[in-house]
Amino acid sequence: MKKEKNTDRIIALAGNPNVGKSTVFNALTGMHQHTGNWPGKTVSNASGYFEFNHINYKIYDLPGIYSILAHSEEEFVARDFICFGRSDLTIIVCDAVCLMRNLNLVLQVCEITDRVIVCVNLLDEARKKKINIDLKKLSDLLGVRVVGTSARNNKGLDDLLKNIDLSFGEKRKSLKVKYQNEIEDSIKIVEDSLNRDFKLEKRWIALNLLKEDCDIKNKISIFENINLDDGDLTESLRRAKNKLLEADIMISELEEYIVEAINNKAEEIADSVTIFEDDNYNKKDRFIDKILTSKITGIPIMILLFGFIFWLTIVGSNYPSSIIQEFLFNIEDKLFDFLTYIRVPDIINEMLVHGVYRVLAWVVSVMLPPMAIFFPLFTLLEDVGYLPRIAFNVDGVFKKCKTCGKQALTMAMGFGCNAVGVSGCRIIDSPRERLIAILTNSFVPCNGRFPTLIAIITMFFAGVGGGLSNSFLSVLLLILVISLGITMTFIISKILSNTLLKGIPSSFTLELPPYRKPQVGKVIVRSIFDRTLFVLGRAVSIAIPAGLIIWLMANINVGNSSLLNICSGVLDPLGRLIGMDGVILLAFILGFPANEIVIPIIIMSYMATGNLVEIDNLNILKQLLIDNGWTWTTAVSVMLFSLMHWPCSTTCLTIKKETSSWKWTALSILIPTICGFIICFIFNLIVKIFI
Amino acid sequence: MNMSLENTKIGEKVIIKKVLNDNSIKRRLLDIGLTPGTIVERVLENFHGNLVAYMIRGALIAIRNEDAEKVMVEVI
Repeated sequence: MKKEKNTDRIIALAGNPNVGKSTVFNALTGMHQHTGNWPGKTVSNASGYFEFNHINYKIYDLPGIYSILAHSEEEFVARDFICFGRSDLTIIVCDAVCLMRNLNLVLQVCEITDRVIVCVNLLDEARKKKINIDLKKLSDLLGVRVVGTSARNNKGLDDLLKNIDLSFGEKRKSLKVKYQNEIEDSIKIVEDSLNRDFKLEKRWIALNLLKEDCDIKNKISIFENINLDDGDLTESLRRAKNKLLEADIMISELEEYIVEAINNKAEEIADSVTIFEDDNYNKKDRFIDKILTSKITGIPIMILLFGFIFWLTIVGSNYPSSIIQEFLFNIEDKLFDFLTYIRVPDIINEMLVHGVYRVLAWVVSVMLPPMAIFFPLFTLLEDVGYLPRIAFNVDGVFKKCKTCGKQALTMAMGFGCNAVGVSGCRIIDSPRERLIAILTNSFVPCNGRFPTLIAIITMFFAGVGGGLSNSFLSVLLLILVISLGITMTFIISKILSNTLLKGIPSSFTLELPPYRKPQVGKVIVRSIFDRTLFVLGRAVSIAIPAGLIIWLMANINVGNSSLLNICSGVLDPLGRLIGMDGVILLAFILGFPANEIVIPIIIMSYMATGNLVEIDNLNILKQLLIDNGWTWTTAVSVMLFSLMHWPCSTTCLTIKKETSSWKWTALSILIPTICGFIICFIFNLIVKIFI
Repeated sequence: MNMSLENTKIGEKVIIKKVLNDNSIKRRLLDIGLTPGTIVERVLENFHGNLVAYMIRGALIAIRNEDAEKVMVEVI
């Protein structure tokens, strides 16, 4: 890939959410970026390069938006980039299945610039639903180049590239929607007072100067160097506004008239270029929706589906986990012998093998299998288009908490990784509801905490060794733990809504995209590479220094005992208070960079004081824990605390970035931590009194 | 007969007459294409019945009842 140059052509990639914009982006740039199905997934401004015909292009993947009449942050970002980002070309990706709605954005962008290419994507899906689109006619009507693609199957992309290339060096006039006469007349009055050349369409500038929106007026005046206080201009604006008032058009309602005209034009164009060969083209979708979202079956199916995914994860990872464990711990001995053989000093050998390698081996063997199963399954749900249906099903509960159903989407993302869930909260428009979703996201156990929960459940409650009934019991217990986390989310959301973040639930719209046949192969590859290896890489890179530190702490003696003993000794009273011990609490603290290493730290700490050499299966591990005073109450306390304690460092940093406030970041740490302490304390109190 | 979108029945097709003025909601509804003249069909209701999905200009979009209440429609 070539470096950035001033001569690079800049392209903005815009489009509604869920139209495969990111897929087009990936196909053009070859850059790996995850594409999902939740509305508004592309929240950041990704950019990439590609080369065609010896010319370099820099392309920006804008957030998915329905309109550029900016209301939400994403719309602001996208609008500002299209208007003032100095891009040479805007490509608008459309969904062939619902072209009508997509054309809205196209017409809006055509008002701003003539430099537009329309990319009608998902043609394969449309064809399946027997929807035909006359691309040639669409191009004639819009006055811009139109290209048909099926980006997921890499179809039509060559054509897109060719059209991008050809579009430079030609002059086209894109369709400008005509408004009612009075509005047209006022636009003309303002346009006439703007008697010079501009970078943006003069007509659009005139129209926006007429509107009430100060933000866009200021941005235009800066970008185009227009003096808003200029005598001629203010005079013409006054005349134009009078003209509108005479026709009974309030300036505050101007936008409404514009939106209506654009909508109607979009409908007119869509109707004339689309042929539905089958009137019941979405019959199948409606049928599936009736099952997946109905009052009776919707929620039970949702729970069963997640239960099934957790079950597959637990059962499926048992076997590979023990194989990897056996393999890696086998290597441990050989590694030790080898290092001794090449005369590495014993102390360094100990440090590397029993410190760094052992933690690493645990993290890989325990984390990799569940992730490699859970992530693809979850991505599959995402790919099919099921996730927005979850938000739809459970919105009622969120409404009771005065928040928004989209929070369910961010929670679902949290199962994968809380940091992802937190940044995913951008799909929630209301700042108040967004903050609540951010502050409560870590109540959903992420993939870094699953292995801990699963391991404890297997050891202490469901029984090691597998068997179908054992695995069902494991899933049931896991769902119980997760349900507790979800319940806490609701309780805390409600409390926040009534105290710190008071307010009424705001309006929101949620798109339920058409179901799409998942691309199983691609999903597996993508989720393994983009998610599994990414998360594992992060865990490994943290496990290495953590292993080193913990080993050093266990082996550096101050006075008669090791640093580790001293630290855990200090924490012990506090740990005991909530049913754990100093070692466990210390492990949670040292696990701040990544939750995955909590268990390995506990093992290391216990082993440093005991004389056990290897942990190659859960039975031995269970014995080690019991030898160190674990009972079933300890196990429950650790699970509860794992569910509710400070978010990991990555999540904290993400919260800081998203809220740009230390106050909210601090609160996001305090809330789950306090909950964890209180609930563990109460649990142990109850156990002590009654059992 | 004038009624609000909230009071439609499943499978019923209605035409939008007017969106009552209530700033933030109105703009959001306009964005998704709920402008006068649009034909809308009520398709799905969620478990609590507070969120309803409508077929609007070829896309399935869910709106809460409090917002649908602001949309005046006529049965066709």
